[in-house]
Amino acid sequence: MSSARPAPDAAPPRSADVGPPSAPPRLPGSLEANRRLSQWLRLLPEGRVVVTPGKVEIGQGILTALAQIAADELDVDFARISVEAAATDHSPNEGVTSGSRSVQDSGLAVRHACAAARAIHLGVVAQRSGVPLESLRVEDGTFIGPDGRAVGSYWREAASGLLECDTPHDVAPKPAAARRVAGTAAPRLDLPDKVFGAPRFLHDMRLPGMMFARIIRPPSREARLEALPEAPAGARLVVDGSFLAVVCATEAEAAGAATRVAARARWAERDTLPPAPELADRFRAGPVETTPIADRPGAGAAPARTLRATFFRPYMAHASIGTCCAVARWSEAGLEVWSHSQSIFALRRDLGLALRLPAERIVVHHREGAGCYGHNGADDVALDAALVARATPGRPVRVQWSREDELGWAPFGAANLVTVEAEVAEDGTLLSWTHDIYGNGHLSRPGFSETPSLLAASHLAVPFPAPVALNPAPAGGGGADRNAMPAYRTGGLSVRVHRWLEMPLRTSSFRALGAMANVLAIESVMDELALAAGRDPVAYRLAHLDDPRARAVIEAVVAMAGPPPGGRGEGVGRGLAFARYKGSGAWCAVVAEVEAEERVRVRRLWIAADAGEVVNPEGAAHQIEGGAVQAVSIALKEEVTFDGRGVTSNSWDTYPILRFSEVPAVSVQLLPRPEAPPLGTGECATGPTVAAISNAIHDALGVRVRTLPFTPDNIAQAMG
Amino acid sequence: MTVAFELNGAPVMLDLPPETPLVHALRDGLGLFGTRWGCGAEACGACMVLLDGQPVPSCTLVLDAVAGRRVRSVEGLGTPTAPHPLQTAFLEEQAGQCGYCLSGILVSAAALLERIPDPDETAVRTALDGNLCRCGAHNRIIRAVLRAAASMRGVPA
Repeated sequence: MSSARPAPDAAPPRSADVGPPSAPPRLPGSLEANRRLSQWLRLLPEGRVVVTPGKVEIGQGILTALAQIAADELDVDFARISVEAAATDHSPNEGVTSGSRSVQDSGLAVRHACAAARAIHLGVVAQRSGVPLESLRVEDGTFIGPDGRAVGSYWREAASGLLECDTPHDVAPKPAAARRVAGTAAPRLDLPDKVFGAPRFLHDMRLPGMMFARIIRPPSREARLEALPEAPAGARLVVDGSFLAVVCATEAEAAGAATRVAARARWAERDTLPPAPELADRFRAGPVETTPIADRPGAGAAPARTLRATFFRPYMAHASIGTCCAVARWSEAGLEVWSHSQSIFALRRDLGLALRLPAERIVVHHREGAGCYGHNGADDVALDAALVARATPGRPVRVQWSREDELGWAPFGAANLVTVEAEVAEDGTLLSWTHDIYGNGHLSRPGFSETPSLLAASHLAVPFPAPVALNPAPAGGGGADRNAMPAYRTGGLSVRVHRWLEMPLRTSSFRALGAMANVLAIESVMDELALAAGRDPVAYRLAHLDDPRARAVIEAVVAMAGPPPGGRGEGVGRGLAFARYKGSGAWCAVVAEVEAEERVRVRRLWIAADAGEVVNPEGAAHQIEGGAVQAVSIALKEEVTFDGRGVTSNSWDTYPILRFSEVPAVSVQLLPRPEAPPLGTGECATGPTVAAISNAIHDALGVRVRTLPFTPDNIAQAMG
Repeated sequence: MTVAFELNGAPVMLDLPPETPLVHALRDGLGLFGTRWGCGAEACGACMVLLDGQPVPSCTLVLDAVAGRRVRSVEGLGTPTAPHPLQTAFLEEQAGQCGYCLSGILVSAAALLERIPDPDETAVRTALDGNLCRCGAHNRIIRAVLRAAASMRGVPA
């Protein structure tokens, strides 16, 4: 089974028939850029395997999936495998852990690296033992000859340095049918610690002599520190321009001291933020940078109907339950940082820029934080900790953000305005699609700008300007334009991104990036076009889809959901939506059932997805369900609010998220594709879930709500 | 000043300022890191402990107020070798993603099962409504609590 169109973010082919004769064949995933085999795994004489990827655990279960892959390729029991947290001084640089690419990038690399390690050991053991290579087998790390006798093991060769080589390309990982561990529901390696309350999070790390700091943020955007209070007893102030911190011997003292200092510090403040209701107009008024993504003229047939619709998604907060945290230690040797960043190498670079310290003198170690759904404050708090540590050389410093900092100062998911103009023939057939996206970019991660992207860098006495958010290139899945290209057959196609070059609120990557608003827009318009042509929305979509894997997930979810319940038209409705994430990732179709009384409640979700090979079906289903439940929260509740000075939704009361009593029942079905490349599952359900809810609201109430979130206010406005 | 109370079935004495929030006293005074700090405003449930059997947030509960009382934290529910049925059920259901919310949820659920051994799904949802989860693990968590309830009553899951 192959996809209908090539993955736009696939690397260009470099096979022997197109590349120069001397070009080595491309290695899978992140191995291409990190070819040293010993960077990927270590074999220990006591009979253990340590896998050392550059991707990091962000709550998605990647450590477990990588251990499963390694167990299969090495022929070693799953229980012997552990996965080491990444660090910049020895791990392969795998870029950012994002975009649902952990299994694609790291999984395929680990699979190939372990297959190579096995092949190398087989060759050496065959030569030493005189047993022909083809009659050797590997059982739980031991090499066994045809007579059943052990003739060697990984553990016996652990000190032989066999992995100190460039990873050979001419090894073949096992076929899907031979995998025993990958493809099964192996239990999460990290979960027991979390269920028994063990000190597993970065937040729980303690070093000898550690001090505890809290940051006193400016009371509003661009406020300048004018006068400092005395340091409270037992506390020391650390100041650099408008960066202000207290450092104490304990966390409790630091929290108390921060409150007292915040009450007494004096700041010069002014209004800097636009009125929220004007945001959409300002997006259009500019200044903007316009990038054409697609521009294909139609066949010129006169349309019977034209549908124009405008959609709006507000700023969104990551809203993790654990606030951002970092530990830093400054010494003569340089700076050591422990961080739950998604991109430790890029963080090292931006820390170097902000601190004017060569990156070689900085080591960033990854440690697990609370759930990560994109570029949150993890990188920012690392600079906070480093700035305080610089003032307390030799003493490790831990900084944990307050809840107000977390919801008020971390980068936000970008607000976007999307306009669609669709032209159709009399029977509803699509003739042309015009799609424009306005608003801020979705990328302010470290590593992409000349100046550091870290929050405190713009508060220093010699400040760095905060870089305005970019959009990732379309080849990498795009940002604001992510999923802006409909999967549906159409004649003309015009897609443009108008990136706003002002950034009153810092924006960056939040789960699914632009896909949330674009899939909402596309699927809402498709629903509307179907009904206007008197056609069934499912049949209408299928009539515009050639990709068999797209059709398969839609047909599967319709079968899962079964016939709609009674009570339709009395405030109960169902809606369907579909997207292939990034146009190159997992296919996902969702049916939502809602009831609309005073508020909209989502009763049920049915989800069918095709993510290619699935290393851990339980984990993948959980990622999809989690993404969908978070999307319900976003669809019904979430919006960052602000006044002229700053963010007003900086508490759980003012930024509510979905609660246990509001969570719908969710059914997930993964279509089995063990031979197809793995595609990742973390983000594929986000857009389709939001859009399916919107279509279900229309089914229930007869109104198209095009502004997120679908609150009573926004529904009332849509009703006019 | 020394504050004495019962923690997880054993007496403890802590020499910390009486206004220290219990969550910090547990974490930095006693090295029990299972109780997580999430908001400091009793709004997320990550720091739930049982105080004389009742689930309460420990981020605003000062040490002085627990003197002479019984406190149970997630570490007091069970251990890897002697797990609480809830901990067993959470592992069986793989109920958790990032896991930061789990300690508080386990504590709230333990209080529920002591009060109502046979809760229905609605009762579980209600009991956990003060605990926030951002990863969307809610449905697995609900299944795990129901599974633990069944196993505690001796009913096969």
